Amino acid sequence: MVETQQRQSVFSFGYSRSADQDSARPVRHPVIIVGAGPVGLAAGIDLAQRGVPVVILDDADRIGEGSRGLCYSKRCLEVLDTLGAGEAVAEKGVEWKVGKVYFKDREVYEFDLLPDAGHKMPAFVNLQQYYLENYLVERVEQLDEVTVRWRNKLTGVAQDTDGVTIDIETPDGPYQLRADWLIAADGANSTLRKLMDIEFVGETFRDQFLIADIKMDADFPAVRRFWFEPPFHDGQSTLLHKQPDGVWRVDFQIGWDADPKEETKPEKVRARLDKMMEGRPYELEWLSVYTFQCRRNERFVYDRVIFTGDAAHQVSPFGARGANSGIEDSHNLAWKLALVLKGEAPASLLESYDLERIQAAETNIGHSTRSTDFLVPKSPGDKRLRDAVLDLAVEFPFARRMVNSGRLHTAAHYDSPLSTPDTEDFGGTAKLGDPAPDAPMTDASGKDVWLLNALSRDFTLLHVTNGAAPNVPEGVSLITIGEDLKDKSGLFAKRYDAMPGACYLLRPDQYLTARFRSFDRDRVEAAIARAKGATHG
Amino acid sequence: MADLDTSSRFDNPDAAFQLVVDAHRALDAEASAEFNARLVLLLANHIGDMDVLKQAVEAAAKTAR
Repeated sequence: MVETQQRQSVFSFGYSRSADQDSARPVRHPVIIVGAGPVGLAAGIDLAQRGVPVVILDDADRIGEGSRGLCYSKRCLEVLDTLGAGEAVAEKGVEWKVGKVYFKDREVYEFDLLPDAGHKMPAFVNLQQYYLENYLVERVEQLDEVTVRWRNKLTGVAQDTDGVTIDIETPDGPYQLRADWLIAADGANSTLRKLMDIEFVGETFRDQFLIADIKMDADFPAVRRFWFEPPFHDGQSTLLHKQPDGVWRVDFQIGWDADPKEETKPEKVRARLDKMMEGRPYELEWLSVYTFQCRRNERFVYDRVIFTGDAAHQVSPFGARGANSGIEDSHNLAWKLALVLKGEAPASLLESYDLERIQAAETNIGHSTRSTDFLVPKSPGDKRLRDAVLDLAVEFPFARRMVNSGRLHTAAHYDSPLSTPDTEDFGGTAKLGDPAPDAPMTDASGKDVWLLNALSRDFTLLHVTNGAAPNVPEGVSLITIGEDLKDKSGLFAKRYDAMPGACYLLRPDQYLTARFRSFDRDRVEAAIARAKGATHG
Repeated sequence: MADLDTSSRFDNPDAAFQLVVDAHRALDAEASAEFNARLVLLLANHIGDMDVLKQAVEAAAKTAR
């Protein structure tokens, strides 16, 4: 989404001069990331944890105010957990799973995301984006392999077969750097995308939304509430979300013709909020007007420049698919780039980043476009059908499934050449091309652990004990279920349709890439080679 | 793939038509359009078949004056 106003800072960082600026020739780094937002920071931490030195550049020296990317999904929290920030986000965030939808003056229906018990992470938490960014910056500061250079503004880029040269502007003047790989994580208004003249194609919605973060003592439950044409907001939609620190996020649809300057005048915002809050006192924390697009770059990998997050794709905010999918991008990319840099995989492995994350972007854009079409009908007939769905929904369950106030982010599924197609039948909820489902386990010492926390950063083979000791290839971590980890709850067996001898190969990003009813070293080796991009059979 | 059945299926087509007309009789243009929207969605869900629905949408579009 594109904001029309400047943000005040919440956390500030200092510019400091790098030794690279004194070098006569551009200093070379394996990976440079442009943009220290959630996606750039996540990518930097992920690569650093895999032993790759990273420099992150950001044109600002602060984390801006405003809730912005508010809702973090279960999969996103699982990824953040691998980066050392998941527990902080889940703990500080407000957990929620119920949504209520209203049409005019009545409740139309209530949905429950019904998170399955026995997962470490909840379905969703709400958290101001600046907290997430600050947790990630704190994590960066613990790692030697990654640094952020604040007030380093990218002004030029040129690539050749051997690397990328970039021009950077700082308070001390300009300098240049070389990178093997350059990651664009510089957001919806990506400088890199503009410098490289990449087309950003898709649909712009002719509507505007006013965000108000307000501080309010209210005993409303932590429920996502969405109103179509409520009596307090003249024929347009409104969304209410609870945040930590007694802050509430209100999104008012205000129409294409509204003037953002006028609409963010406190007295004007108060007039809207007073009607909604019916006399409950509140303080204004942050106001912004945004418009949005659903669009993406044609490709995400342009030789040695790789696009992630909003720099690669944009969606409407309804569905919480922006920050969540950006962080998935970084997680998909980091292990592949690390293998390529270590010479353990061909550079062509990065084509699978393009393929898998474009699949995800298409899914996200599709959902977010349909949600937006439902929210903002484009013709009188369109609106009549939308209203008919809402009217029918009060009575009939089939219509509730058509109500679309945002289809919330779930983990991306990849139909990928990296996966080894199943040759044996497997039931359960684990799916090839999906992230491995979590499960509560106990380790060999009897301590409670989560399955996902026990996975290594490399390939992991989960082998269900049958007395045999599989001789796994080098670089693969073996976890024997029933020995290293015990499945007391039986949830692992249920989710993975596990029987003695079964084995499950997980990629370094926790995606299930192959599974067999019995261990066979040749098959496992072939599956790993395939997942590293060696064969595309 | 199921096909849209466009043969005459009611024993008494006049009565079927009349039933729908009666439901509209007291409605103004807007209320009538809203009624039709609800009716279409109920019937579409009853059919529950994307192929049939798609053919019905095409047939309705094709027969516009």
